[in-house]
Amino acid sequence: MSARGGQPVEARGRRPRSRAWRRFRGNRAARVSGWFLAGAVVLLVVTLPFSWAWFNVQDVQHAIRAAPTTGQVVSYTVYEQPLRDHAAGRYASAAGPVMHKASAWFGYDNVGRSLLYRCLFGWLVSLSIGLAAAGLAVTIGVVWGTLAAMAGGRVDLVMMRIVDMLFGLPYILLVIVLKTGLETPLTRLFGDRAQAANVVILFLAIGGVSWLTMARVIRGQVLSLREQPFIEAARAGGIGRFRILWRHLLPNLIGPIVVYATLAVPQAILQESFLSFLGIGVQAPIPSLGRLAADGVAAVNTFVGFWWLITFPCLILVLTLLALNFLGDGLRDALDPKSSAATMVS
Amino acid sequence: MSRRLLTRLGLGMATLICVYVVTFLLVISAPGNPFEGAERNMPPEVVRALKARYSMDSELKYFFQFLWGAIRLDFGPSFQYHDWTCSQIIADALPVSAALGFLAVGLAVLVGVPVGVLSAVKPNGWFDVTSLGFVLLGISLPTFVTGSALLIVFAVWLKVAPVGGWGRIAHLPLPALTLSLPFAAYVARLTRAGMLDVLGSEFIRTALAKGLAPRTVVWKHAFKVAFLPVLSFLGPAAAQAMTGSFVVEKVFSIPGMGQHFVNGALNLNRGLVMSTVLAYATILIVFNIVVDILYTFVDPRIKEAT
Repeated sequence: MSARGGQPVEARGRRPRSRAWRRFRGNRAARVSGWFLAGAVVLLVVTLPFSWAWFNVQDVQHAIRAAPTTGQVVSYTVYEQPLRDHAAGRYASAAGPVMHKASAWFGYDNVGRSLLYRCLFGWLVSLSIGLAAAGLAVTIGVVWGTLAAMAGGRVDLVMMRIVDMLFGLPYILLVIVLKTGLETPLTRLFGDRAQAANVVILFLAIGGVSWLTMARVIRGQVLSLREQPFIEAARAGGIGRFRILWRHLLPNLIGPIVVYATLAVPQAILQESFLSFLGIGVQAPIPSLGRLAADGVAAVNTFVGFWWLITFPCLILVLTLLALNFLGDGLRDALDPKSSAATMVS
Repeated sequence: MSRRLLTRLGLGMATLICVYVVTFLLVISAPGNPFEGAERNMPPEVVRALKARYSMDSELKYFFQFLWGAIRLDFGPSFQYHDWTCSQIIADALPVSAALGFLAVGLAVLVGVPVGVLSAVKPNGWFDVTSLGFVLLGISLPTFVTGSALLIVFAVWLKVAPVGGWGRIAHLPLPALTLSLPFAAYVARLTRAGMLDVLGSEFIRTALAKGLAPRTVVWKHAFKVAFLPVLSFLGPAAAQAMTGSFVVEKVFSIPGMGQHFVNGALNLNRGLVMSTVLAYATILIVFNIVVDILYTFVDPRIKEAT
């Protein structure tokens, strides 16, 4: 690099952040994942009016055909029969407008609801819960970790022991207790929209228990950054604690924060799906990917014929989680110079 | 060494007491109780008598009573299963979860370590890329999906394994495989990262420069150091696997700890929740201490320090 003070255009391209960006773009899996997720978000937002209107609309014709209680193994394929029924115009829905024929693309569930719309809406619910919970976890983790590292001494010790202790508790217990604890005030706050309250409680509970790793990572980073000469110089220059924290420490933490936030989203989605599978997650009519997969597993366990009920939700769930993980991995490789140095060695 | 062990044990006891207090506070702060649900209309005298039987009339009394009981491994009566005490339930369920967990973690190490080492030896080679795909799949797939898929393929279609249950050796492979998949993925990931770190260091270059076989260098020199992060992951992982992944137990209808914990928490069954949490925390602490001791065997730097 040139020793002169000004920044020529070529040198600007070599700054760590743009170098990271170039490394990230060079990673095909991460790039594809990024496009996939962006496309998914656009698709979900565009189709929201349809999925919102129809995710819970039953079509009795299909319900009777697919109901496990009749003991009848489903004979129609996903495509043919439903389309014919739609052409005949027999709908149980009181929702007014006729469902688009696309509603048959993924088949129907055992009470005759379009799996396509349920998947679309559930995808949105899962992504929102994941994003919100990860955001909450990252916020708490960053604040907790920086406070512990900046305070140091006894405060640090106590704060990190609390983290250790929470690690020792099964998180499902914490989620359940947080859920029951938050239920009364939040249901009151939301009035008659109990479903919305439940989703909010779920994301608060998941976010409230998954900040522990983040806190540890951030604390370690701050501890090592604090000893760096540039922080010492800032301190010697008489800059206040919070200004150092805000202007000098946090910008250097962006890398790990972004990486762990990206990796926290699939984690949160996975936890939501586990909770839904155990019956403590999203409540009945509202779908989420975990809920749909769990319902599919239950249906498939009784009748192997309902393969689409498990295939489509699981496929979407796995693709989403894979994409998020690839994205997180790519970001880590791009933003963490140490890890890329390690791959360069051999 | 023994001094170190004693401090660790002391710290473990302190943590256990903290866990006890926190769990107690969480459990008593959860609103409602199993005797005053909407569908159960019991006269107040009955509720009072029941509360007295389960020491729910006074929180303070419950706190000390349960603590004293827990020290003697007597966790008191359980709400739903009237003929069973919590200790009996745990004595029944813990060995099941422990066996399953042992198998799963063993399998995870057996598979994850070689995969991690091999993919680190040639980073970005075909093996590394393929294994990364499998690893991400292992981390991304929810266990209930893998479990159900295995169940459908091997139990329903091929009919080579039972659909679920517990008691025969044939019941073991599918749930153990399901439970071990995410752990194996993590172990492979950690091993790979550790190996990459170590393979770049100077003592490896020295070892290679003095003409040692690459195989010896990788497995004897590098692996010893690279295994440390895996070891520290195995502590909590083993405890987690041992107390049973709730989901796996549900998919394969295995009578392990998980179902008791979830049921207990959902039904506000205090005694059961407290005792399962205590069992979980104890196992976690014991495993961390065991890992700590193993560390001194694997890492000579620690032995010198003590």
